[in-house]
Amino acid sequence: MLIRVSLKSWYLIHKWTSLICTLFMLLLCLTGLPLIFAEEIDQALGRSVELPQLMETGPRADLDAIVADALTRKPGHVAQFLVGDAEEPDLWSVRLGKSVAAPEASAFYSYDARNGEFVLDYPLDEGFMNIILRLHVDLFAGLPGMLFLGAMGVLLILALVSGTVLYGYYMRKLQFGTVRRERSPQMKWLDLHNLLGIVTLVWLFTVGLTGVVNTLAEPIFGRWQATELADMLAPYRKQAPLSGTSSVQNAWAAAQQTAPNMSLSFMAFPGNDFAGPNQFVAFMQGNTPLTSKLLLPIVIDAPSGQVIATRELPVYVSVLLLSKPLHFGNYGGLPLKILWALLDGISIVVLVSGLYLWLKKRKLSFEARLGLLRTQSVNKFPLEQAGSR
Amino acid sequence: MKSTLAGLQIWGAPILLGLITAAGLLAALLSDGIGDMLSWLAIAVPVAVGIWHGGRR
Repeated sequence: MLIRVSLKSWYLIHKWTSLICTLFMLLLCLTGLPLIFAEEIDQALGRSVELPQLMETGPRADLDAIVADALTRKPGHVAQFLVGDAEEPDLWSVRLGKSVAAPEASAFYSYDARNGEFVLDYPLDEGFMNIILRLHVDLFAGLPGMLFLGAMGVLLILALVSGTVLYGYYMRKLQFGTVRRERSPQMKWLDLHNLLGIVTLVWLFTVGLTGVVNTLAEPIFGRWQATELADMLAPYRKQAPLSGTSSVQNAWAAAQQTAPNMSLSFMAFPGNDFAGPNQFVAFMQGNTPLTSKLLLPIVIDAPSGQVIATRELPVYVSVLLLSKPLHFGNYGGLPLKILWALLDGISIVVLVSGLYLWLKKRKLSFEARLGLLRTQSVNKFPLEQAGSR
Repeated sequence: MKSTLAGLQIWGAPILLGLITAAGLLAALLSDGIGDMLSWLAIAVPVAVGIWHGGRR
């Protein structure tokens, strides 16, 4: 009896969490499919840079000149971030915005780090892939949309856990991998739902959980800014606003000197939420596969170009940073992306078959749906049955 | 009536597939080159098992 009650609870948890999140999960799986290959699609559309072979002649291009060039291309706008490229060390990009703290970028210009030549104006907020991205990230609804999709992700995780418990029940008399195709379409799709659900379980759990963490990016960085960054900047809070020109080149050189074995992931300009009022913050990435996913912030006083603080990111920010590759599947070359796409496709089959099973069986009682009726009658009257033989 | 399977008969394959998947997800994160290749091999396992059992007639 106890087993039946708890089984019924798991069944109801699985049914309702799945029903609520399935349509959104279908949207996320479908939009996620092209996003896995965003880099390749960018390349095909000519939105990426192939730097020419160059003889290295003396010093590299001056970063201040690169930023100055970027500013002339978008009058009235200001530089928010200098962005490095882990794959292409000879590439710098400058992100501009209407103001230094504006959440939206207004331009993203890329330059050859060797000679300072302008190489690409990356098209922002336009095209098919941008629509796909917005549908996947926030349903065009900003932070509330993001958090909503995060809540759907939590339901997915509950559906996966409860589905795993039900798997154990359904499979109690079946060998692993059994698909009963002859009896009825429902039975076939139930078996397929169980089989494909269990083989994709750990992957979908990982992608779902890291997806939920990614939806919390804004609150996570917000907390870091309000606590750790504010702490590092506290001694300098009463400084007068920036006067004169601060040098991006000097700030970058200072950061490089402080962390010689790291490279710049991005550097926030003074006035940005990721920087101080008069301070750059350089976010350095390591040079091993794992540490290249993590960041070390270095605070640099803008007028003097001196490093004034550096502090490892707290665990909750590192968890967010590691959640990105584990969600995107972009950390193991093209074969890993193809496997990501296949698992995504199998997950779509699991979602659709789950929906189909609910549509077909929703008029039946819980007992009938789980196939408990016959088992029960057999167990309830064993003596009568024995007697009638 | 078929007899009920023991725990390991039900959960053996799912646990093994889960461990292989998890190892594959981590391998590429911790190492490039050999780690990437191990991750391809490992993550191909649940995909192949799903397609094999799901696709045969």
